[in-house]
Amino acid sequence: MADTGIHSNEIHQGASLTLGNERLREAYRSSTLRLLNHRELAIAEVPGFERLRDRAREVKRQTIEHLDYYLAQFADRVEQNGGRMHWASTAQEVCRIVVDIARASGAQEVVKAKSMIAEEVELNHALEANGIRAVETDLGEFIIQLAGDRPAHIVAPAIHKTREDVSELFVKHIHAPPTVVPEQLTAIARRALREMFQNSGLGVSGANFAVAETGTVVLVENEGNIRMCSTVPRVHVVLVGIEKLIPNLVDLGIFLRLLGRSATGQKLTTYTSFLTGPRRPGEDGPEEMHVVIVDNGRTKALADPKMREMLYCIRCGACLNTCPVYRKIGGHAYGGVYSGPIGALVTPELAGIGQARELPFASSLCGACREVCPVRINIPDLLLHLRSEAQEHAPQRTPSLIPERRMFRLWAWGMRHPQMYALGTRLARWGQILLARQGWVRKIPIFPASQWTQGRDFPALAPMAFRDRWKQLRGK
Amino acid sequence: MGKPRVALFITCLADQFLPNVGECVVKILRRLDVEVTFNPAQTCCGQPAFNTGYRDEARSVATRVLDLFDDADYIVAPSGSCTAMVRVFYPELFADDPARLRKCAQVRERFFEFSEFLVNILKVEDVGASFAHRVTYHDSCHLLRELGVGEAPRKLLRKVRGIDFVELQDYKLCCGFGGTFSVKFPEVSVPMGEDKVRAAQETGAEYLVAADGGCLMHISGLIHRQGLPLKTLHLAEVLAQQESG
Repeated sequence: MADTGIHSNEIHQGASLTLGNERLREAYRSSTLRLLNHRELAIAEVPGFERLRDRAREVKRQTIEHLDYYLAQFADRVEQNGGRMHWASTAQEVCRIVVDIARASGAQEVVKAKSMIAEEVELNHALEANGIRAVETDLGEFIIQLAGDRPAHIVAPAIHKTREDVSELFVKHIHAPPTVVPEQLTAIARRALREMFQNSGLGVSGANFAVAETGTVVLVENEGNIRMCSTVPRVHVVLVGIEKLIPNLVDLGIFLRLLGRSATGQKLTTYTSFLTGPRRPGEDGPEEMHVVIVDNGRTKALADPKMREMLYCIRCGACLNTCPVYRKIGGHAYGGVYSGPIGALVTPELAGIGQARELPFASSLCGACREVCPVRINIPDLLLHLRSEAQEHAPQRTPSLIPERRMFRLWAWGMRHPQMYALGTRLARWGQILLARQGWVRKIPIFPASQWTQGRDFPALAPMAFRDRWKQLRGK
Repeated sequence: MGKPRVALFITCLADQFLPNVGECVVKILRRLDVEVTFNPAQTCCGQPAFNTGYRDEARSVATRVLDLFDDADYIVAPSGSCTAMVRVFYPELFADDPARLRKCAQVRERFFEFSEFLVNILKVEDVGASFAHRVTYHDSCHLLRELGVGEAPRKLLRKVRGIDFVELQDYKLCCGFGGTFSVKFPEVSVPMGEDKVRAAQETGAEYLVAADGGCLMHISGLIHRQGLPLKTLHLAEVLAQQESG
């Protein structure tokens, strides 16, 4: 039974599941480390890498600021190339469009390339509800489909699964012989999927980039399953989030140089496909190509001058790999399709802050994500913005005696009145006599301070504050 | 031009929990012939409220900071966190208030973190310190990534007589304090800190040094809970050390 709905406000429970599981913790730690190390080696080879990032950010900024123009241009070109354009405002509309195309084409089975946006709109669920079988052909997605899981990472959806986990799934669901040799597991999946490609009448993919100037959809992959999904079946459906647009092929070059290196440390992925319309007479490929432009909350981010920067994302996953929080709690804890630092922005923004008000707080704001983001999204700044949105529009009930906002109002008042600050700290010094031993407090009974002493000691207030010592220091 | 005049921004954490840090900053600056003043009306930069999403409350506290410090030559804080709040985030808080934004610009251009003040403004790396111990250094996130200060603390530490400075594995990795993150997500904050402590132990260092009170309270709190021999010091406390006798 696949996980559906947003569970982001249950992040503490989700985090505990990973934190309490030795195998999961090690899977996340070692996989993200490997991806990070590969990235470092790959970007060291490009002397102008920092300038590429600046340029990429600028191209994205310009495109997002004029998205209506580029979308219109892209749509015209797609139709000129023989493709069919569709526009979907909501997740439900996306599903309805794809189901209608599937019905019209007579397809009983749909082969799917890995597509985060398809996960976002729960396309498989809609297809199955309409009696159409949806098969994930990306190995990682194939694995999590068998497990009924959501993707745990933007680039490597099964990052949390060990080879033992995969073997168990294959034995159970596709009657495969047990093995933990990766090459054998891959061969088993390949054999199972090969048949699917041949028999399916409809392939669905996302898009890594959509080039406005030429109406070209660009897809990158290592396995070749996207090639199969987009060329073997008679009909190909492409789901394109509005933010995937880039102006032209020259700009595309900048992004292709950044994406592979940032994501997996590859100069380029094994296959890079440029799809410009369905097949022309005498060619190979799908007879029909449908491009579905997807909103699903993106225009809301677009309209917000602060949050629109989140739309620059090229889905490389580097921010996940470097995030010390993601690396500890794993992808599922974020409770949505997108995880890690970018997930903490995208989920609240697309689903509404009320559904995911905890996510912006699940960060120490260290800034490591911004350091690796190929388009230099100022993630910590956007998280801070969402925090104030959360307090404004989705305030939380906590187990504290005084509501948090009132606590901070009192705190701010104390900070504006130094005599109150002095009085407050003097009272705290008397209060801590009961709690402190040799300069340390082992347990603070009041929430939220009690959260500190769960795992560490709290230093007692110094006997004499600096401002009281200054009287002696001043004279010297 | 006379002696440079520095108004000390003590930071609420140093004021109440690590007052020795303030004393060390004063001692070092005086050693370098800098006049130090302290306005006892100061309290906090407002970051705890800002960090937690309460911008109005943060703004009310920040406004006061602008009023208290508007006539200092330099304002120096022994914290990258508070310095980043003023230099990087105050403009966001006052974006809709042109008069305060102007005042903010004047304060920001004179506001420095302690190590960057010594190295970049006073142009000093050798403060006459002496500390014959093995020491490793943790880069606080705001200091490193918001202010770009990573070299200054190292330059200062390397000039300390007798010091055995060892780089920490993953020195840039967040310690897990993160302000309110430390109490909102203790289940992540604590393991992150434990990784940092383990890395410090692996260097064989006697002291783990950092330039921010928040990181130090979190890390030392973990060390104390686990009963480990590792000691923590603020950068200013190391730089204030001199040979006895």
